[in-house]
Amino acid sequence: MNATWSRFNITSVVLGFAFLYLPIVLLVIFSFNESKLVTVWGGFSTKWYVSLFQNQGLMDAAWVTIRVGLISATVATVLGTMAALTLTRYTRFRGRLLFSGMVFAPLVMPEVITGLSLLLLFVAVGLDRGFLTVTLAHITFTMCFVAVVVQSRLVSFDRSLEEAAMDLGAPPVKTFFQITLPVIMPAIVSGWMLAFTLSLDDLVIASFTSGPGATTLPMKIYSQVRLGVTPEINAACTILIAVVAIGVVIASIANKRREVQRLRDEQAAQRG
Amino acid sequence: MKSLGSIRRAFAPWNDPNAKPYIQFENVTKKFGDFTAVNNLSLTIFEREFFALLGASGCGKSTLLRMLAGFEEPTAGRIMLDGQDLRGIPPYRRPVNMMFQSYALFPHMSVEKNIAFGLKQEGMPSADIQKRVAEMLRLVKLEQFAKRKPHQLSGGQRQRVALARSVAKRPKVLLLDEPLGALDKKLREETQFELMDLQQELGLTFVVVTHDQEEAMTMADRIAIMDKGEVMQVATPAEIYEAPTSRFVAHFVGNVNMFEGKVADRTAGTARITGASGAQIVVDNGDAKPGSDIVFAIRPEKIKVSSKKPAEGVNALEGEVYDIAYLGDMTVYHVKLDDGQIVRASALNAARISEDPLTWNDRAWVSFRPDAGVVLTR
Repeated sequence: MNATWSRFNITSVVLGFAFLYLPIVLLVIFSFNESKLVTVWGGFSTKWYVSLFQNQGLMDAAWVTIRVGLISATVATVLGTMAALTLTRYTRFRGRLLFSGMVFAPLVMPEVITGLSLLLLFVAVGLDRGFLTVTLAHITFTMCFVAVVVQSRLVSFDRSLEEAAMDLGAPPVKTFFQITLPVIMPAIVSGWMLAFTLSLDDLVIASFTSGPGATTLPMKIYSQVRLGVTPEINAACTILIAVVAIGVVIASIANKRREVQRLRDEQAAQRG
Repeated sequence: MKSLGSIRRAFAPWNDPNAKPYIQFENVTKKFGDFTAVNNLSLTIFEREFFALLGASGCGKSTLLRMLAGFEEPTAGRIMLDGQDLRGIPPYRRPVNMMFQSYALFPHMSVEKNIAFGLKQEGMPSADIQKRVAEMLRLVKLEQFAKRKPHQLSGGQRQRVALARSVAKRPKVLLLDEPLGALDKKLREETQFELMDLQQELGLTFVVVTHDQEEAMTMADRIAIMDKGEVMQVATPAEIYEAPTSRFVAHFVGNVNMFEGKVADRTAGTARITGASGAQIVVDNGDAKPGSDIVFAIRPEKIKVSSKKPAEGVNALEGEVYDIAYLGDMTVYHVKLDDGQIVRASALNAARISEDPLTWNDRAWVSFRPDAGVVLTR
């Protein structure tokens, strides 16, 4: 590779990264601020982390968010996987185009519209807004993401694996659970993780569909910020960032290791 | 036909009118939308036979195999296996197993789990499964690879796992879809003989789909040549090569020279054929009627090339040496006859120094006996 660091290149890289990460770095730094004033540095302290864990409102919101995320991601993964299977396997049924369009429309639908229409629906059928409605709304909008991820794996899935299983005496249902599901599991897991992450940081749809007693963390943070940013919020966000970053790093290291191991195995196999 | 079958071992149930057919395709048609993959095809395969379906891609041979396995249902006609009509029986209840072209090994299972998969579905006790798996691993010489995953194996090893998995259940029929297609040439030749030994040892009926004529000729007891969803000829490899019944088969297997002409007259088993240029040859005829248009097909190694006019009793045509290809064990001559036709003749280089050396642009005679080729009417 031609690695000449011209002044232009260096400037672009610095500017680019600054643009992306300066706000986050500032947030992390000020979460360790001694001062109560967010913009004035008053020395290092972890006191906001202590007070964060004593803030019942924030902790409740975090717990709601995690529960909503776990339930909605799981249900969305089941439904999204089913949709992906239908779309890749039954390519000739009537209305397939309409169906696939409808599955993927929420990907590009403005969140405001999704949120508003869900709100109208819940009001119309008389569902009290709360935990259930947020969860349902999150299932609705994360399902299509799962479907996209799983479908892209299924497109390259070798159907002869299933035929081989059936040929060896496994009925279709057994074939699905013993062969298809294990093989596409990595895609399903990443679909689940995507759905969980989307649910964790959703503000717009949750604002429309949530009710009293089911405030999610993003909603809570947003409402507190409107009253003035406290360093506590900075601390909460820093923890969130740390959790996500650790998750991403672990996932990519595991992936890399598997890849390296696989490569080594294949080379060993070729040598005999 | 004059005892061409004697080249192979004595196994020949197709010549025995009392032999019971094992697999029967009866007027089977398969359509995919407007496309007819298999067209009104009938075929009989016998027990313990090594049967090859040979044809170019898209000729319907794989569809035939998939219908036997149960992945496709015939649009019309029926398939019988050992006296049982297979219609409506799903693949997981058929007593046949298939070895897939892609091997289709389960990537998340070890070699032994792959082999045990079919036995588990049967509900075989696990002690018996272990015993059978060990036996299969020994059969394909992969004992020390039992715990490996498919991606930790080489291509040849994967092929043997796929084979072990498909014969583990002792199916009545083993279907092989291009079983050696993914192997390199040397490994392919070795594996051909291994497959034949395995078939003998287990006493199974093998139906193999291939587009490689050499592979089919080496392994099969009988070959069905397919084209456009129809069977062109079913016969032993020797009969297919020496006595093709159509121009398609003669062209498809090996090299061939075709002399076209009209039957001038016939005497005592031979016919005199006049070509377009007026040259005449005498051939052992089929039932060609005088005046009918026919083709005389003859293999290159049955034609002799010489610089002097050969003695009476054979057909001799004069021309000029147009091209010579020296291949080591043999030499291929292209002789341009005086009427413009190019004849391909091959001569075994039995002696190190030829007694009758020919070179480019020499005048030469090509000669062949009346019974060296076959008369084709279609």
